[in-house]
This record gives sequence, structure tokens and C-alpha cells, in this order.
Amino acid sequence: MVQAEIDSLQGEALAAIGEAADLAAIEQIRVHYLGKKGPFTERMKGLGRLSPEERPAAGQVINRAKEAVQAALEARRLALAEAALAEQLAAERIDITLPGRGQQRGGLHPITRTLERIEDLFTQLGFEVAEGPEIEDDYHNFEALNIPASHPARAMHDTFYINETTVLRTHTSPVQIRVMEQRQPPLRIIAPGRVYRCDSDLTHTPMFHQVEGLVVGEGVSFSHLKGILDQFLRHFFERDLAVRFRPSYFPFTEPSAEADIQCVMCGGSGCRVCKQTGWLEVLGCGEVNPAVFRHVGFDTERYTGYAFGMGVERLAMLRYGVNDLRMFFENDLRFLRQFR
Amino acid sequence: MRFNEQWLREWVNPEISTDVLAHQLTMAGLEVDAVEPVAGTFSQVVVGEVLAVVAHPDADKLRVCQVEVGQGEPLGIVCGAANVRVGLRVAAALIGAELPGGIKIKAAKLRGVPSAGMLCSAKELGLAEASQGLLELPADAPVGQSLRDYLLLDDVAIELGLTPNRGDCLSVAGIAREVAAITGAPLTPPAIAAVAATCSDTFPVTVAASAACPRYVGRVVRNLNPAAPTPLWMQERLRRAGLRSLGALVDVTNYLLLELGQPMHAFDLQRLQGGIEVRLAQAGEQLALLNETTITLEPGSLVIADASGPVALAGIMGGASTAVGDGTRDIFLESAFFSPEQLAGRARRYGLHTDSSHRFERGVSPALQREALERATALLVAIAGGEVGPVVEVVSAADLPQRGAIRLRHPRLCQVLGAEVPAETAGVLLARLGLAVQAVEGGWSVEAPPWRFDLATEEDLIEEVARLYGYDQLPAAYLSVPLELAPRSEGKISLRLLRQILVDHGFQEAITYSFVDPKYQRLLDPQRVPVPVANPISTELSVMRTTLLTGLVQTLIYNANRQQSQVRIFESGLRFLGTEGAVEQEPMLAALAWGPLLPEQWGERERKSDLFDLKGDLESLIAAGGSQAEWQFVAAPHPALHPGQCASILRNGQAVGWIGALHPQLMRELDLPGQVLVFEVTLAALTAARVPGFQELSKFPANRRDIAIVVDQQLSVAELIACARRAAPAQLRDLKLFDVYQGKGLDSGKKSVALGLTLQDDSRTLTDAEVDAAVAQVVTALRTELGGTLRE
Repeated sequence: MVQAEIDSLQGEALAAIGEAADLAAIEQIRVHYLGKKGPFTERMKGLGRLSPEERPAAGQVINRAKEAVQAALEARRLALAEAALAEQLAAERIDITLPGRGQQRGGLHPITRTLERIEDLFTQLGFEVAEGPEIEDDYHNFEALNIPASHPARAMHDTFYINETTVLRTHTSPVQIRVMEQRQPPLRIIAPGRVYRCDSDLTHTPMFHQVEGLVVGEGVSFSHLKGILDQFLRHFFERDLAVRFRPSYFPFTEPSAEADIQCVMCGGSGCRVCKQTGWLEVLGCGEVNPAVFRHVGFDTERYTGYAFGMGVERLAMLRYGVNDLRMFFENDLRFLRQFR
Repeated sequence: MRFNEQWLREWVNPEISTDVLAHQLTMAGLEVDAVEPVAGTFSQVVVGEVLAVVAHPDADKLRVCQVEVGQGEPLGIVCGAANVRVGLRVAAALIGAELPGGIKIKAAKLRGVPSAGMLCSAKELGLAEASQGLLELPADAPVGQSLRDYLLLDDVAIELGLTPNRGDCLSVAGIAREVAAITGAPLTPPAIAAVAATCSDTFPVTVAASAACPRYVGRVVRNLNPAAPTPLWMQERLRRAGLRSLGALVDVTNYLLLELGQPMHAFDLQRLQGGIEVRLAQAGEQLALLNETTITLEPGSLVIADASGPVALAGIMGGASTAVGDGTRDIFLESAFFSPEQLAGRARRYGLHTDSSHRFERGVSPALQREALERATALLVAIAGGEVGPVVEVVSAADLPQRGAIRLRHPRLCQVLGAEVPAETAGVLLARLGLAVQAVEGGWSVEAPPWRFDLATEEDLIEEVARLYGYDQLPAAYLSVPLELAPRSEGKISLRLLRQILVDHGFQEAITYSFVDPKYQRLLDPQRVPVPVANPISTELSVMRTTLLTGLVQTLIYNANRQQSQVRIFESGLRFLGTEGAVEQEPMLAALAWGPLLPEQWGERERKSDLFDLKGDLESLIAAGGSQAEWQFVAAPHPALHPGQCASILRNGQAVGWIGALHPQLMRELDLPGQVLVFEVTLAALTAARVPGFQELSKFPANRRDIAIVVDQQLSVAELIACARRAAPAQLRDLKLFDVYQGKGLDSGKKSVALGLTLQDDSRTLTDAEVDAAVAQVVTALRTELGGTLRE
């Protein structure tokens, strides 16, 4: 008798649970069937009316039914929660392929980018970055570098003058002198900066950039110069390039050299960029001429040194494949943004 | 320096190919800039003789020629050149010939007349850039011989880019010496013998300026044949060196210039008066030069004068009045040594640069003059005949360059090069260069030959050894130095960091010229007078910038004209203030923003940048240095900026820059729409940074109270905040401005400023009453000091 009644009650409860549409309905059903005043509690209370022999069995029947209802409630609750979450997720779906918002990053000028790269390679080795004035006096730009007035080498410079004794520096070499006037060896510096020459055509701009290097110490030899520049050029271009040194002339170095790299455009087989020679001239260098040391009062017997100077635009053009020097100073944003 | 290989090989003939020769020259420091064939590529062109010329029946300008080419039967060739004539020896391209440019000669009919070949001009054979009529060959040119063989055209012209120290290589003789030294091949110069005088005519020479002209050699040559043609071989050598043939007299002096490197000058003897005097110019003297200009001589310039006055600018250019011409029969031939010190920079000051001055400035061997004169005389007489006078030579031995012994120490050599160059090798290499080398204890005592003006010091000799030893033979090594740390200040941030911040904020770096257009300079910085460049390349680049804004504004205009709608750019670099005598060169950082704040994007309404956006960018730079409290923005006028939207920027009370919108009037002049926002700050102010110091964190809660104060619209927020800070107790931890309102609900002329005050004590929890009292203190001060009222 109890069995049939409880079965019917259980069936009724399960049916209600099956139809529950949301969490509130579930809660309502739970209170209705399993609450303190619910039918299962009533039946449990009614067990007292049964004989002691019948009670355990009847109690068991009721408890099983309660458990079944409880399990069904829980299962339904989970199902509904999952459905609700799924619905929320579906509703909150976005097109993740839309672009992000905000300020667009700017960029450094390719010359600055190149300068930073050169600086980074040398500062690893303890080279300090030095700077000097761009309006420079004749003494530092020429005289102290062993280029006296009327020296034929001055004709190589196409100098801009401010007045008779003041020029726009034609190279970064005067920074060498300014550093040596202030400090004693050992010295390891590089001096990046703007330089000026009175020349403007397809392959010359009246302003461009150089990086000067200077190392002074005891026993600093030409072989050290070869070693560091060979490494620098390979690291700068990140290629195992052939580098060659050939004699040249700068009044402030002796012996002097030009360093050529194997053409980065054609790999040395000959092209328009290297004028079919397979080689590109990229920097000038040499052992510091003792005449320069004498200008700054260094002991020429004790100290030797090397110096080098490179054109930054040329290196940038070769590194990034820029084919027109003048673009660097037009500052066309479409050009500049390519180096972001 | 340009010369042809065959000529060089007469002087020195190493058994190496042209390519190897060029490579070795380059690697010895005589950089080969070009190796070019001396003629175009052609074949089957032979010497022909024109036997007959008749008019073409159907063409006015064409002639039908019979040309003997050594094939038995003369060829009928149609020719249009005006100079074709009977007896002329010509270059005849036969059927089957190939000419430069891929032209193939075939049997053809020209206006109905068959032509069995073509008569060629110099240009058609690649022997000249331009030419008129047929190439005329000498009357003794062997008919039938291949033109390439006859003119020795299988030759190249070599162009050297010589460094200024190597004046000794500005001649075939000099290059030959180098090649002999590099390769070890023997030097085989032509024999030069004295030409005996055939008449006794001389012309008096006095040298008043013997220091400037230590040696002057000359002689008279009379009765030259002015019509004598320069022999073809000499014309060809001059042509291959890039010189035009200008008549035998000039050609011979040019030939000597190329061959021995001695600049010479021929005066028309009939036009010289009195005698030659080599002296310094007197003030105000004038000289009409060969190039048809007249110069006023600077005192100190060396001149060749005669009784009438200066007749040549010594070592630079001859004068017009005594120049040789087509009818010159009698000459005085000059071969002098002018000191490099005298010539240095002289030509340039007169705006001149000649082959002669180029050599004298760099140094011509002081031992060469007589030899060159004899060589020139011999060549001249062979070409044009004449009677030769005795050589006149005026020498001041004391003024000739003195060559002392130079000491070269073997250990020093090895130390400077970083290489163990064997002593024996070094000695041999120096001797090969023509240096007098004497071994002494620990090295050598060396004397340089007279042509090497560049050798004076030990390092000069080290370079010579290295050059011949081969730079590529020297080792590459790495310097070892003590591993010492260099100091690095935390009190300074780098320009690199500042640049990166601007880049992160969407700015693109520009690099503009330091010299600018005075027009833009005036517009952007009207109150400063810029430093002018004395010799600018153009007016647009003629004054030094006093502000970086000039370049940025021009960059904006350039890009606005190229369809860019958003321009955010910056630049760092020097500005130049002051006058030419005392220029202050100060590193600056400047930025410019124009157009929308953000690039076009979805989900954001486009908004133009305003000054507070740019100020925010600048504040990010300031924040990087950590000393925001030291900075102030004070409204102040700037002639190029909008008077209501511009501030002077102060750090610790010092003016360090400007921020503002360009003045609307200026915007109209620049024809730019919208607003251009700019700032420019000294780099030093931005890079000086604060080293952080720790402050104990309070363990007690903070209280925040917000108030809104109504004040006059004219009152600056900076003043209001300063007043609030002064009035607040020490427990004020933070003061935030979170709103500024004006409009509905407020009287016109008023604004409401909302402040959030955060109070906190380090040792206890503040009571509500204490916080209220602190806020009241602030409100009272704002009321009494600034007339502010609390907005309810």
C-alpha cells in the first residue's frame, strides 16, 4: 500500500521536475516535495501509525523515493545551469578577428635605427658614446687633425662656413680631439652625429651622418683595427661577408685604410651598386697619426691608437635596400613607416 | 689621373693581366676607379685610301667613292661626309664588319647605288663622344692594315682616384715607379738626352722670389713650323688620357705633364718684353688669363712677369697676352719648380683649378725640371723643327726642399702594424720604392727621393712598408683590455627612452636639415635672428635653425600635400642660438601633432587632437624622469602660437620650452587646415631624472572626500590646486582633479572644478571629524584666497 502511494508521489514529482523550465521552478518543486511540509515529510511522520514490523520497510521506501527526487532535482539544476551558461556564451560571442583599438605605434627614423644598431654593437665592448658641437672651429675640424690651412685634403671636404674660422663640421672626427683634450688614455669612444658638406646631387645630401670611432692605449695596433672592423661589418650586416682593407689617405691617420665589403646586393659578382667591382667602400680608418696626439699632448711613444669613420646613410641604404639617399631627409611618412 | 695601359707598359711591363694590374694598384692605395676600352668594339675596319669621288646621281649630299683597301680592286662606297676627298686615308668598314652598338655592315644600295662598305667617323668607332666628318688618318697610314692594329686600339684607359698625398703618381712615370715597386718588374723609361743648342738665343730670367720658386729652367726655341701636326701616337695618348689635341705646342707640354708630371708653359717669345721675372704680385696688379677672365692679384701670389707686368699666374695658368697661338713660331719654354707651400690653396682662392696647380700643390719633384725641358724640346723639334737655344737655369739651392734622414725602428714598425714583418722584407720593400735605405742599429735610416713629398715621418715609412707588404697580409687581432665598469648615472634618462615613449604614443621620428629656409624661420621664430651660413647651397637652406619646429612644420606640409590626414612627428637635435661669434648649440626635443588623435578605426568616433592630448604626451616624457612636481605650465605669449592656447614650460622655475597650438594667422599663411599642436623642450630638462626614495606605507585607512568649487573661469586650475595644497594638512596624500564644468546651472564667467582629496595618517586612523575639518580648511582657503564657493 505504502509502496504504491510513494511510487505515485515520486512519479508525480519526477514529472514536475522534467517540466521545470528554470532554476526558480526547480526550487519551488524542491520546497513543495521535500520541504518540511511536503508530502514525503508527511509520510515519514505517518510512519508512527504503522506497526513496528512494517516501519523499517516503509521508511526505506520513502527514503529511496526522496533520494530519487533529490537526484532528479540536482540533475535538472545542472542541466538548466549548463543551458543558461551556453546561452550566455552564445549571446556574448564576438568577432575576434576585428582589429584591436588604440594609438598606432610610431617609429624611429631609419638613420636613428641604424645609429642605435651601430652604438649597440660597439658599446658592448665598453665604447662610450661621445658628442660634440656641429658648428665647429677650424682648429678642431681641421688643424688639430693634421689638416692645416690650404692642405689639398681640405678640397675633399666642401666645407660650409659660418665665418672664416668657424665651419659646419665636415666630419665627426673633431669629437676625437675634444675627447682627447679632456681625458687621458686608455680611451674607447664612438661619436655619432650630423655632418655637413657643401654638395647636393643624386648621391650627396648637404647634411648626413657619421659615426667616428677612436681607441687609444698602449699597444693598439693596425691588426686590432682590422679585427674589430671586420667583426663589426659582419655583425652589422648579419652576414659572413668578405671584408678587405686597402691603403688610403687621411691626414689624421697613418697608415690609413679604406674598408670594403663584398657587395651585399650581388654577393660580389658585380652589379650596378658596386659598379661591377664586387666591392663596396664602407668606411675609412687607420692608426692615429702621432701628429694628432701631439696636438693633444699624448705621449706618442707610449700610446698608439686607431680611428675609423663610417657614413651612416650608406650603411642604412645597404642594410635596408634604400636606393635613393635623398629619401632620408624628405621625411615622407610612407617611407618612414616602413622602418617601424 | 687617367692614362692608357700601353703607355704604362712601355715604362714597366710586369707579366700580369690588366685585371691583376688594376687589382694590385687598388690594393697598393692607387685606387682604380675605371678601366675602359679606348675604342668601341669593332671588327673588319681597315685603312683605306680614297681614289676617286663622284657625285651621287640621285642625292645631293651623297658621294660615290672608290676606296683602295688593299684587296686588289678598289671598293665602291657611298659616303655622306663633307670632308671626303681624293687622297684621304680613311677608316673603311668592310662588308661583314661590326661596329659599336651592334651595327653590321652589309652590301647595300644607297639611293640605287651599291655600297660595299662604310667610311667611318671617330664617333662611329667609339673613339670620340662627338665628331665631324670622317676620321682623317695620316697620309702614311698603311692601306689595308686593320685599323685596330694601326692605332693600337686593343688598349684600355685606366682611371685612378688618387689621394692628395700621392702627387708623385700624377704621371705615367710615377705610376710606373709604383708598379715596379709593387711587382718587382724593372723600370724601362725612355732615354732622355740633352738637346744641344743650335742657336745662341736666350731670354733673360731673374727670380726675385726664390723661396717660392727655387728652380726656374727655360729656353728659347725659334722658327717652329706652326702648321706641323701632332703625330697620331701622341694625339692618341692625349685622347686616351682625356685631353684634346690643341696643336703641337700645347700638345707637347700636355704630354710632358702626363708623362713626367712636370707642368710646363710656353710663352710666345715675340709677345714677351724685356725679360722674365719671377716675383710676388704687388697689390692691385691685374692679369688677364688664358681662360678669358681677368683677376686682381692678391699680394703674395707668385707671378711670372715681364717688363710689361705679370704674364702668368705661376704654376696655375698662363696669361692671355703672351699665349701661343696658331701663328706662333718662336717660344720661350718654361719648366719650373714652384714650392707646394707657395701654391697651396692659391688656385682655389681665385676659383681656379688646373692640371698644373693640381700637381704643384701636391708637389712636383724639384729635380725634374731640366730633364722635362730636354724631353719637351726633343719632342717639339722632332715635330715642328726649329732652332734651339741654350738652357737657362736659375737655382737657389738653399730654397730647394731639404730631405733629412728618417729613422724607422723595426720594433716600432711591428708594434704599429701588430705584425712581425721580417726586417729584411721591410728593407727590400722600402728600397724598391726608390728610397735610400741604410740599415742602422734596430732599424733603418731612410732618405726619401725628391718626388715623395709625403714621406717625412716614421709612420709615413710604416705605411709604405704595410702598403707593399699588403694590408691583406697583416693579421686581424682583438685588443685585450682590463674589464672595468664605466659609471652609469641613474639621475639621467636617455634620449633613447624619450624617443621610445613618443614612438609608443604614435609619433614618427623625422630628421630634417639643420639649416633652414629663412622664410619659415621667420614665421616660426620671428624674434630671433638666426646664424647664417656664409656659403649656403641654396636660399632654402641658408640659416641655422633656432627651433626644431621649422623642420617639423615643413615635414607636415610635405606630408599633408601627399594625402596624409594624421601627422604625428618628432625630432631631436641641436638648435643654434646667438650670433656667428658665439653660437649656443643646444639639444632639443620637439613634437608636432595634426589631425585626428587616433588613426581611423572601428568603434571610436574620430576626434581631432587637442592641446591636452599633446600635453599628455609631453607629461609622459616628464613622468619618465620622475620629477613631475618640478614642472609648471604657465600661460605666456609666443609670437608663433595661439595666444589663448600656449604655455611656457618651466622646470624648477627655469623656462625650458613651449607648448601650444600654432597661431591661426600662421596657419593661414601656411595654408594648413585644422590645428597644429607643437611642443619643444630642451633635452637636458627632460633627461635629468630623480632617483626614487622609499617612503613607509601607512597601515591605516585612507579617506577620500570630493568637493566641487565654483571659481572664476579665468582662474587657472594650477593656482587653485596650489592653494588647496597649501591649505591642506600634512595628511593630504593625494589631490585629484576629476572634473571641470561650465555651462548650465552656473553663472556665466564661472566654472566648477571637482577635486578629490585623499587624507591619511601614518600613525592612526583619522576620525570623520578630523577629515571634515581638513576639507573645511581647504574650502575656506579657496573661498578667502580665490573667492571660490562650494558647489552644492
